[in-house]
Amino acid sequence: MDKVAIIGVGLTKTGRRNDVSHQELAFEAIKTALKNCELDIDDIDAVVYGTMDNFDGISSPERFDSIALGCGRGRGKPMMKITTGGTTGMSLALTAYYHVASGLYDTVLAIGVQKVSENVEAQQVLNTAVDPILDKTFGLGAIHAAAFQASRYRSTYKSNIEDYMCNVAIINRKNALRNPFAHLKLNITDDDYYSSPYLVWPLRLLDSCPSSDGAVAVIFASSKVAKRLSENPAWIKGLGYISDSYWWGTKPIEFWDNLAILAKRVFKMAKISNPFKEINVAELYNAFTIQEIMEYEAIGLAKKGQGWKLLDEGITCFHGSLPVCPSGGVLSTNPIAASGLIRVAEAALQVMGKAEGRQIDGVKNAIAHAWGGALQFHGFMVLSNE
Amino acid sequence: MMSKPFEIPGKWEIEYKYAAGPYISKFLEGLKEKKIFGIKCNSCKRVYVPPRMFCERCYVELNDWVEVKETGTLETFIVVYRKFYGLPDPPYALGLIKLDGASESFLHYLGEVDLSRPEKIPEILKQGQKVIAIWNEERKGSILDIKYFKPL
Repeated sequence: MDKVAIIGVGLTKTGRRNDVSHQELAFEAIKTALKNCELDIDDIDAVVYGTMDNFDGISSPERFDSIALGCGRGRGKPMMKITTGGTTGMSLALTAYYHVASGLYDTVLAIGVQKVSENVEAQQVLNTAVDPILDKTFGLGAIHAAAFQASRYRSTYKSNIEDYMCNVAIINRKNALRNPFAHLKLNITDDDYYSSPYLVWPLRLLDSCPSSDGAVAVIFASSKVAKRLSENPAWIKGLGYISDSYWWGTKPIEFWDNLAILAKRVFKMAKISNPFKEINVAELYNAFTIQEIMEYEAIGLAKKGQGWKLLDEGITCFHGSLPVCPSGGVLSTNPIAASGLIRVAEAALQVMGKAEGRQIDGVKNAIAHAWGGALQFHGFMVLSNE
Repeated sequence: MMSKPFEIPGKWEIEYKYAAGPYISKFLEGLKEKKIFGIKCNSCKRVYVPPRMFCERCYVELNDWVEVKETGTLETFIVVYRKFYGLPDPPYALGLIKLDGASESFLHYLGEVDLSRPEKIPEILKQGQKVIAIWNEERKGSILDIKYFKPL
């Protein structure tokens, strides 16, 4: 298989983007990504596009977004649409990688676009994604699943985990202040956190991601093209995806054991033997504070039930030895189908040294992660400057 | 450019009828009679409640029906305090409940629990506590034939 690199990234401003339509938002991201690697749309061999239709209330928006993707009349470009929930963005990255690594294409554009703010209630949309026969009755959405994780973690491992969730809430929103593409930019204190209302106990408003509109485009290239076009591309050293049962009672709720399996596989592929030492920055999918702590444990940065210790030691804050989500993470910005690909884009920018105000010094290796489904799917990637 | 962007209102209101399948149908039929049916995998010996057609681990079809108890263990719990548009009115508590005789938990309401003070929840609900099904007087073959589970 050919080596694959990321050579260009296009992020959009996020938040309430009612100034542009769905396709205009996609165009904004793609235009920026092309400009950043000095390519023309006709230089792109194939496109992979992702969105979660029901958040935006449009079935198959690829029908009319296609013209923004460079798939309009006369270009005849291959295009594939992907929808896998929270991991959609990571599925796009993996698919773009496979397209290039197979040798079929030299340049592939991955584009995720989402307008979550256009629905009245994201949890109502998420309730359409639970088992329709039994679970739907109980009003279950994504926040409810994450609340089960927090509750079970709290009872199993750490009764004051809330104090650490507070840390995660503050660090991410402060990090977002450095990121011009972030949605929530909040300079919050402990007091703000503890006075924030419970939405689904034990999760508070400040434990939760916002409903964001946003898009991201990432251009993947073969080694031949990457070396020609880019002085410092972000090389993909390892990647993978893992699945599990839907059923809540079938899998452990307090520990993400399938993410642990996936991370081991991907680190092996990337020849990373000690992630804690060898990884310089991590973009994890922290839609809810508790999940960032659980992700530390699953990917092997901390022992099971002890992820909170990294926060005690300040390891994952912006100036720590292993910063997590210098972008502000999903906690600050969540255009759902784009969010996984934003993790990849941010990790790539860090590796390329192009993360500007949120750049971490001396990044060699970075990781990107996304979870989706009923806490059951994960995608994971290692990027490197070599 | 326009000073204020136009927004066009939209709404999805589509009705569906989801087939429950023979296994859940039998489970729902049982609830009418205050019976809770599970199904046993003779390969891994797990008892699935609610029942399913196949074991996801052994990937074999399941046919060994068992009845489980109406008492069980609270594996974990949450309390919904926020009104989410289109979803049930708060406050309400949800639990993952492993019934006695079952191998895995399933989702249901917790009832007869004081939810008025969120900070008191850890004193009121406990992981591992026993619960019992409280049945609706009128039962029509719905997961809500069990009104809720009451902590003991």
